[in-house]
This record gives sequence, structure tokens and C-alpha cells, in this order.
Amino acid sequence: MQVPTMADMMARGENPDILFWVGCSGSFDDRAKKITKALVKILNNCQVSFAVLGSEESCTGDPAKRAGNEFTYQMQAMMNIEVLNAYEIKKIVTACPHCFNTLKNEYPELGGDYEVIHHTQMIQDLINRGKLGLEESGSFKGKKITFHDPCYLGRANDVYEAPRQLIEKLDAELVEMKRCRTKGLCCGAGGAQMFKEAEKGNKEINIERTEDAIETAAEVIATGCPFCNTMMTDGIKNAEKEETVKVLDIAELIANAAEL
Amino acid sequence: MNISILFFCIIASLGIAFFSYNIWKIKYNINLGLSLERTDQKRKRLKTMILVAFGQKKMFSRPIPAILHLCLYVAFVITQVELLEIFADGILNEHRLFKSSLGGFYTFTISFIEILSVLAFIATIAFLARRNLLKLPRLNMKEMIGWPTKDANLILIFELILLVCIFTMNGTDEVLFQRGASHFSEGTIGSFGFSVSSFIGPLLFDGFSNHTLHIAERVGWWGHLFMVLGFLNYLPYSKHFHILLAFPNTYYSNLDKKGKFTNMDSVTSEVKLMMDPTADPYAAPDPNAPPPSRFGAKDVTDLTWKNLMDAYTCTECGRCTSSCPANITGKLLSPRKIMMDTRDRLVELGENKRKNGKDFDDGKSLLGDYISEEELWACTSCNACVDECPVNIDPLSIIVDLRRFLVMEESKVPSELTGMLTNIENNGAPWQFSQNDRLNWANEE
Repeated sequence: MQVPTMADMMARGENPDILFWVGCSGSFDDRAKKITKALVKILNNCQVSFAVLGSEESCTGDPAKRAGNEFTYQMQAMMNIEVLNAYEIKKIVTACPHCFNTLKNEYPELGGDYEVIHHTQMIQDLINRGKLGLEESGSFKGKKITFHDPCYLGRANDVYEAPRQLIEKLDAELVEMKRCRTKGLCCGAGGAQMFKEAEKGNKEINIERTEDAIETAAEVIATGCPFCNTMMTDGIKNAEKEETVKVLDIAELIANAAEL
Repeated sequence: MNISILFFCIIASLGIAFFSYNIWKIKYNINLGLSLERTDQKRKRLKTMILVAFGQKKMFSRPIPAILHLCLYVAFVITQVELLEIFADGILNEHRLFKSSLGGFYTFTISFIEILSVLAFIATIAFLARRNLLKLPRLNMKEMIGWPTKDANLILIFELILLVCIFTMNGTDEVLFQRGASHFSEGTIGSFGFSVSSFIGPLLFDGFSNHTLHIAERVGWWGHLFMVLGFLNYLPYSKHFHILLAFPNTYYSNLDKKGKFTNMDSVTSEVKLMMDPTADPYAAPDPNAPPPSRFGAKDVTDLTWKNLMDAYTCTECGRCTSSCPANITGKLLSPRKIMMDTRDRLVELGENKRKNGKDFDDGKSLLGDYISEEELWACTSCNACVDECPVNIDPLSIIVDLRRFLVMEESKVPSELTGMLTNIENNGAPWQFSQNDRLNWANEE
């Protein structure tokens, strides 16, 4: 797969239009890596001039900050900002709402000012500008798809429409869960919960959320966050619905529909 | 001087003075918080206040309580006109002072108040029923047991009494007027023509003598006044204080994206020093530097004044808790309890400081004595509570500040998180993967 790094580009004296911030999940988690690849396929197909940092990328520090460890967060942030500023990065796209939120909202105060967009916003823009065409008889035509709002995309940053408009572009039937948009229920992974066992309770949050999704009778649970993807996939497994309900990222849906 | 004027003035002054004293105490308590700049973007702030507090925008995501609440709210605001007249009449020993000068507009205004009062009466009964008969889950949770439930019911009962006073006053006066015995114009027979009392007055009070009606009218009038002054002085002790603080609290809202957590400048300077190759690690600290501040919050004095104002503004409706994913799935965390604890602790600490001096330490703290670690670690930082709050309270910012103290000052971190943090520090990812392998996915099939 063709993925230029910033270092390669710089060696060639080139400067990409946009940096793709892959994130830790997108780099290491087997499920999330598929999302990363789907997005790269889209970017390559649309001939977007992009690059990744590769081994120069490091955790944004988001889970450390949410866990209350501002030291670890700021160490990470300042190291990343040094790298990003050295490459004179202006614009960043990422498929992880946690990275998106941190880069967009929290890096500026530490000297990292970039235009940061979520991959759903970027894909929407590519389609709107006619750069990406979806096949007429797409594989999702008429299918029921529900969208699970990632907290760090929705409530945290007020991005609700881009992913939904993309689902509609698939000619699919967008069905909403009873709790959606600003009232969307968390998948249970935010605030560093992804990395610990849940506190004592009577139910797992992802089970509660997956039930919302199953109630819609959707065949696909679409989301835009690698953590949400993990949590919802686990929830579907728990409900023994793997055969009938798929959990897919918006990038995967689009790459699939564009037959990439 | 007329004895009733004197009595009125004494009662009113005492009521207002005691209220002012309590307001001063609350202001003192809120000022125990850390400073925070919230005076920028005045237009946007004003707009937020008008929409959220004045316009009740966020209430309407739950239409039934929103409409009931709107009835009470509008009635409360408009009734102040009648209260104004009561004060004017009381000081000047007049009877319906505004009627002669306002004429038809007076009839319209009081009629409007009466219709709203009927709606408010129905709403209050509905609220009592929702709490006590329907037992709405969010109004009957653990943290509501005891005083919070009593407080809520007392407010509603106060409101009922107040409304009964208004209708007694207007209803009896109507009957007296019809008999030519109203103090408004003795000897003249007429009707005030108010929308509600001109019907229910004769219906309820026709069988009574003029003497009894005069007494009942005065009971209604003085009753109204006593209830208003009593209510005013009850507010500072009650969750009902939101009727005043909702306005400043929404004005000083956080206007940033909800996902943006505050940057800790104290940490920034330390980290910059660590990363600066020219920094001298053995350099003596600047003698003029302020003493190092605590990282995060252990007690209410480590929170910002806005967090503390939030606590006083909370009316314990529980929308936050009913939307909290942790609470929904049976965890200990309740954002409402975070706010109630913050207020309870602040009241306690403020009282102690006023009694024993500003530097007094009572050995207790918000973290530990009120809020447990288990509650804090249940939060997913999803911002549902922040989004839900009809008066823009931010429980998440308190939770995060308490976590910061646990982690950075006490090193009390759940063990799995210690692993995650170590991984980030060692290899730049929350899992144990080498940073050099970050691009391996590109070559995998």
C-alpha cells in the first residue's frame, strides 16, 4: 500500500497538502488498521496529496489527559508539536475523534495551531467536490444503517452531520437510535475507560449502547471512532449477532461503496 | 404613623436585610474558588444567557416538564408586578394603588397574572405528583433521600400557599366590591373584572359576612407578603436558588468546545523546563516566584469560582444523572451528586472559615469526605451531563480536576491505567508496541 511519510516527502523536497494522523489505534489495533487502510485507499483514489508521520508519530496524550495525568499529556503534546511544526504542518486529518479533539482543541495552547478535520468531514468534502464517485448500485443500497455518535466527535465538537450525510450518499436507509446526536449514549470507552476495567455496576455501557443499536433493526452500525468500533463490536458479539449486524467505520462503508 | 405601615416596613426590611446577609455569605463562598477569566465575548455570553436562562432553551428537550416549568416560571416573573403593588400599598397604606392610574391595563395585567397563576397551580400539583406519586426515577435516586426531597416538596408547597393567598386576596376583594364594601372604593358597587377571581370569588366567598371577608382579604394580602419574604429567605438554603443564579451562571458559561479540557499552565512551565536543554537543573528557584500550586483539586478551594457558582445554581433536577452512561449502568457516579457534594462542602467550609478565620483548616475535603475515587473513575468524560444541564453546569470539569489531584499529587491511579501511562511514556502508545512499528500496517495485507 502506498503511504508516503513526511520524512520521504521532505527528502524529495515535497510538501503534502494534508497530514494523515493515524493514531495509536489506527497504527496498532488490528480492527482499526482496516479503517486506516480504507481511508488511505480513499485518499489515494482521490489523488489527495497526503503523508503520514510513521515512526515519528506518537500518542497525542489524550488518554493521559483524560486520566488526569497532565504531565504525560503535555510531554507527549510538546514532542508532537515539535515534530509537526518542524514539518510546517498546516492541515491534519484523522480517523480518531480523540486525536481529532486533542489536536484541534488542546494543542493550540501549547503552540500547535493546525486546521484539524475528522475523516468523515474530509470524505464528505471529496464527494461534494466530485473527487469521489460512489457506484450506482452500491452494496449498501436500501440497507438499514444506524450511526453511533462518538462523544468526542458529537457532543465534544458538534460534528453530527458529516457522517450522516455520507450514509445517505450510500442510498442506505439511515435509522436513528432512540438516543442520538446530542443525546447519544457513550460506548463506554472515553475518558481512558478503554484502558481499564469498568467500575462496579450492573451492566457494561457498551452492552447498553449496543441494545439501542439492535433495537433499530439496522444491518450495519456505522461509527467514526476506533474505540467506539471496538466497544460496539464487543457488544454485538455479546448479543451473538455477529452474523446479522456489522460494525463498520464510515471510511470502510465509503471505500466499499466506491469499490476501492 | 399608621401602625400597619410601621409593621409592614419592619417586616419587609428585616426580610430583605436577612436575605442580603445570606447573599453576602454565598458571594464570600463562591469567591473562595480559584480565579478564572470569563468576561470575554460579551455578546455571545448575553445571547447564551437569553436563550438558555431566559428562554429556557435546553428545557425543551423534555417537553412535559418543560411546559409545566414554563407555566411556573412565567407566572413567577409576571407576579412580581402584583408584588410591586403590595409593596407600594404597604408603604403608603393604600389599597390597589395602581388601579386608578392604570385603568384597563391594570385589569388586563392582573387578569393575565391570574390565568398564569391557575396554570402555575396546575403545574405545581403536577410536579408534586411526579415526585411523590409517579415517583419519577431521576427525582427519587439515592442522593435525593432526606433533605433534598423535603426541600423540593417544601418549595412546591410554598408555591401552592402563595397562589392560594393571591386568589383569596383577589376573590374576597371582588365579593366586597360587588357589595360596595371594598377598601378600593367604599360605597361604590362594581367589579374588578379579573379573569379568574371575578368568577371564583363569588363562588367561594359569597356566604361570608363583610367583616369575615375583610379579614380574609387581609390574610391573603399579608400572607402573600409573608410567603414572598419567607421564600426569599429560604432560597439561599435551598436548591431553588437557581431562580436567581441561572442568569449569571449561563452568562459565564464555558464557550469553548466541550471536548477541550483546560490546559494546566503550572504543568506547562514544568514540562518546558524539563524539555529545555539549556535549563540548569540545580538553579535556585526564583525567590519572588509564587508558591507552587496544588495539581488538580482536593477541596472546593482548588476549584474555580465558576465550579462553585455551578454548585449553587444546581436545582437537583437530575437530567445529568439520568443521561450519565455510568449511572445508567449502575455505577456509583452521579453528576448531580458531584454538584450537591460540592455545594454542601462549600457551605460547610465557608461557615468554618467565617467562624475561625480565612486560613482555618477543618481537616476535611471534598475528595474523600464527600466524593469517592470509585465515583471519579467511573466517568467516561462523554459530556452527556454537561450537554443536558438546563443551566449550563459543568460537572465534568470538577471530576477531571479531582482526578488530576488523585493522579498527580497522590499517585492513586487504577493499576491498568498505570500500565497505559507507562506505555505512553516509554513507547508513545497506550499499548506495548514499538514506535518504530507504527507504519507496519502499510505493508500488511
